[in-house]
Amino acid sequence: MIPWRTLLPIAAAIVLTGIGLLSGSYAVTVLGFAFIYTIFCTGLNFFMGYTGQASFGQSAFAAIGGYGSAILCADYGWGPLPALIVTMVISGIAALLVGYPTLRLRGHYLAMATFALGLIVYEISIEWTSLTQGYMGYSGVPPLSLLGYELGTVEQQLVALLVLALFGIFISNRLRQSRFGRALAAIAGSEAAARALGIDIARCKLIAFVIAALYASAAGSLFAHFVGFISPEVFGVTMVVQSFAMLYLGGIGTTWGPMIGAIIVSILPEALRGLQEMQDIAYTAILIFILIFAPRGLAGLSSLFARGKSRKLEEA
Amino acid sequence: MTGRNTAAEADPLLRAEDVSARYGHVQALQPTSLVVAEGEIVTVLGPNGAGKSTLLRALTRLVAGRGRIYFRGEDVSGLPTHKLARRGIVMVQEGRGLFPQMSVRENLVIGGYLQPGEVDAQMKAVFELFPRLRERLDQTAGSLSGGEQQMLAIGRALMAKPQLLMLDEPSLGLAPRVAGEILSTLGELNRRGIGILLVEQKAPLALKLAQRVYVISLGRIVAELKTDEIASYHDLARYYLH
Repeated sequence: MIPWRTLLPIAAAIVLTGIGLLSGSYAVTVLGFAFIYTIFCTGLNFFMGYTGQASFGQSAFAAIGGYGSAILCADYGWGPLPALIVTMVISGIAALLVGYPTLRLRGHYLAMATFALGLIVYEISIEWTSLTQGYMGYSGVPPLSLLGYELGTVEQQLVALLVLALFGIFISNRLRQSRFGRALAAIAGSEAAARALGIDIARCKLIAFVIAALYASAAGSLFAHFVGFISPEVFGVTMVVQSFAMLYLGGIGTTWGPMIGAIIVSILPEALRGLQEMQDIAYTAILIFILIFAPRGLAGLSSLFARGKSRKLEEA
Repeated sequence: MTGRNTAAEADPLLRAEDVSARYGHVQALQPTSLVVAEGEIVTVLGPNGAGKSTLLRALTRLVAGRGRIYFRGEDVSGLPTHKLARRGIVMVQEGRGLFPQMSVRENLVIGGYLQPGEVDAQMKAVFELFPRLRERLDQTAGSLSGGEQQMLAIGRALMAKPQLLMLDEPSLGLAPRVAGEILSTLGELNRRGIGILLVEQKAPLALKLAQRVYVISLGRIVAELKTDEIASYHDLARYYLH
């Protein structure tokens, strides 16, 4: 039997998608971004939440995915799916090459190194105009197609993005429950203890970093296909800040946190649009309010309720 | 660098030659040599800050150190900590190194990382030694008492099927009765064929258990004694004051 903690978020995401589909193309677009960010943050959560490491550079792999898919599809006539897979492989190799020396660093040093990685790729996407067209951006990226069927409308793409986001969460959760996932949890708990138990922490961290890069790359590719256009700003510092807000708000280290955070951070500014110049203040205040009352994120609240319930049962 | 000694059968379980370690500019452990024979319990005694923990950390490569380490005659000096654990050298760290947010079960399962096919059997063996852990299986490690935490730390190390178990101050912070129970369990483990290298400050407890004692002071071993050579605890005092 599937537990309610799994069924509830899936049902909520489906209902939300239904509401979005009935509300028009603008709502569909906002939700589409939320699901793309869900995929991005699920990868980030794998590295930061499950493994306990810091990375400010995942936007680099999203850029590789985004530009890779755009170039392969728009210039070379590739199908979106092969382009997505090939760019994921390229991102994975790039993550291996970058991660091998970088992941020897810890804490703030690792954070700074990965941040530099994001900045470098951002600069390349601006300066290498013959490849990326710089600030002009890359247009003419075809919409997503699956198994030869083109998802020509944003509504069709939204449903595909929902399925892909749920699939991404499912894979991440299965990995988390595996022997490898337990090793990551041990590393997050104490690197010295993990090492003493025979866990090769350098290898595990590298694999986790590559997995996070694969998710980021897929998110970048999906973004390019969903919008049909990409430019360097998409993969800038804003993406890093936004994804961190989503991760912490939703609940870092939890299964559903990335999706909850991505949906709230995407929808909230739109819901507050009526407040006009007060919009940013209200938006920030709500984020702070949530983080004060749910310091482990909104997904963390469910475990608090469960614990409270079991305590009551014990007392009875 | 690995290589077999020609007289492998005569090799001790562990032989360390001139192992030293430093933290930055501070030489925390002078070149130190020690031996743990098969089936032996060896205790390292010494005052606070003498370098006992550093010695264990250098032997398990949790701190970078110099010197040669041989395990059953094989040179394992260049191996990192996780590879030493795979050879059967497992350490229970000072402060226990548990994962406090995880349940007892999860801690034990992670302990069995190197023996994925034997987790259930190993867990059963751990429960025979520490029945209390079975009762606390779904409780978080952080919510256990100090004694139970130490049981879990040892149990988790046993999940890796060690041949040599190194323990850093297992009695630290425990009531004398509980500390006595924990140390007597180490005797039982030794009877089952696990070599034990124990770092302790509580000399009376450790001397009851060990066959040999190294006394360490100011980062160097100042004496090696058989426990039956120690007529009284006062004999040890002169080494502590060395």
